Amino acid sequence: MIALDAVERRFGERVALRDVSVRVEEGQTLVVFGPNGAGKTTLLRVLAGLLRPHSGEATVLEASLPNESWKLRGKVGYVAHEPLLYRDLTPRENLRFHARLHGVAEARIDQVIDAVGMADRADDELAELSRGMVQRIAAARAVLHDPPLLLLDEPWAGLDPAAVELLEPVIGRASGKTRVIVTHDVAGGLGEADIALGLRDGTSAPATDESAIRELYR
Amino acid sequence: MIAAAAAILRKDLTIEVRRRESVPAMVLFTVTVFVLFHFGLDRDTVEGDIATGVIWVTLLLAALLGINRLYVAERDQGGFVGMRLAPIDLTALWLAKAAALFLYLVVLELVALPAFDLLLLGPGLDGAFPELLPILLLANVGLAAVGSLVAAMAIETRARELIVALLLLPMLVPVIIASAQATEPLLTGGQSPDDLAKWLGFLALYDVVFVLVSVAVFDFLLDE
Repeated sequence: MIALDAVERRFGERVALRDVSVRVEEGQTLVVFGPNGAGKTTLLRVLAGLLRPHSGEATVLEASLPNESWKLRGKVGYVAHEPLLYRDLTPRENLRFHARLHGVAEARIDQVIDAVGMADRADDELAELSRGMVQRIAAARAVLHDPPLLLLDEPWAGLDPAAVELLEPVIGRASGKTRVIVTHDVAGGLGEADIALGLRDGTSAPATDESAIRELYR
Repeated sequence: MIAAAAAILRKDLTIEVRRRESVPAMVLFTVTVFVLFHFGLDRDTVEGDIATGVIWVTLLLAALLGINRLYVAERDQGGFVGMRLAPIDLTALWLAKAAALFLYLVVLELVALPAFDLLLLGPGLDGAFPELLPILLLANVGLAAVGSLVAAMAIETRARELIVALLLLPMLVPVIIASAQATEPLLTGGQSPDDLAKWLGFLALYDVVFVLVSVAVFDFLLDE
């Protein structure tokens, strides 16, 4: 499903990812830990086909990156730092827009709105919603087209415990999807992980247990 | 591609109707410039080449206001990322933005031309509309095609407004020349231009060339 071998990504002179290798099988969850600036979001964007790897070999959903990144379009659900939603539209309008881009039937919009518990606020403008509510709509957008791979950047940020529980079947392990999660929540992340990857200054670092992960942040 | 472009256009028009950020600014700018010309030229009316210059330069500068805002929501609110993740030809984005700009220009001209007629124009526009209409439509297509392309090129730069103006204005010189040449006789007491067909053909050729160029290169522009 995902195979990275010595992947490197630079921004000008700065190396954001160096010699990163990992393998994730279908249905598994990879959790990525690391301090700010370690390269976690860059890794997600490489896996989404949004950034080219500059060297190494990267295969995601049988697409060899960067040459076949177009094959990933429509197959990845991405919850980013930003919700990727328009502030001047309502949640329903945002989801309808993405549904049209992905060729998804209108009926699916109500399904995902119900799944994230936003039916009663679906027609309010996004700007009027709390951060946690916007995050729920961002999760709904990510799964709208039922992608086989979820890339989740701090997916629980701003969510209360009830919302985390509500989203479990949507983006949690119960979704059954292959997931890559970036988080600073060490205990929560380890609870989700089949594979844990540590990153520090763009380089793989040990993430074998909780103490090793906490060491990454020192 | 057409379905994706229609979805993007619909989204843009919904936001514009709701927020009124581009078209009102373009209209207000245009009317204000006409008033300034009225006093700056110290004349109650203009006609001929001066009238042509005033109307086309004003419309072009007003278009810049809309062009500068075309992709702001995509950059600031994650639209580019969302579209790059979707199974669409990204040329749909260029097409939708060009269509939105074309519609903004039509609305602008619906207000600007009567305002120009009222505030500045000597001969009046009454008899000129049949000939003026194809000139405006073809010029709008050129402005929209090139504007959508250049706005996408400049959106990630820090000096976006400057870059758009520096790149776009030279590229639009042929549109201004052809539009002005075709329009000038119409603003000189209703004379019909002898070589209207020649200038309309020139504008149509310009439009075809830049539509083809935009379709060919736009997908590469958004790569990272």
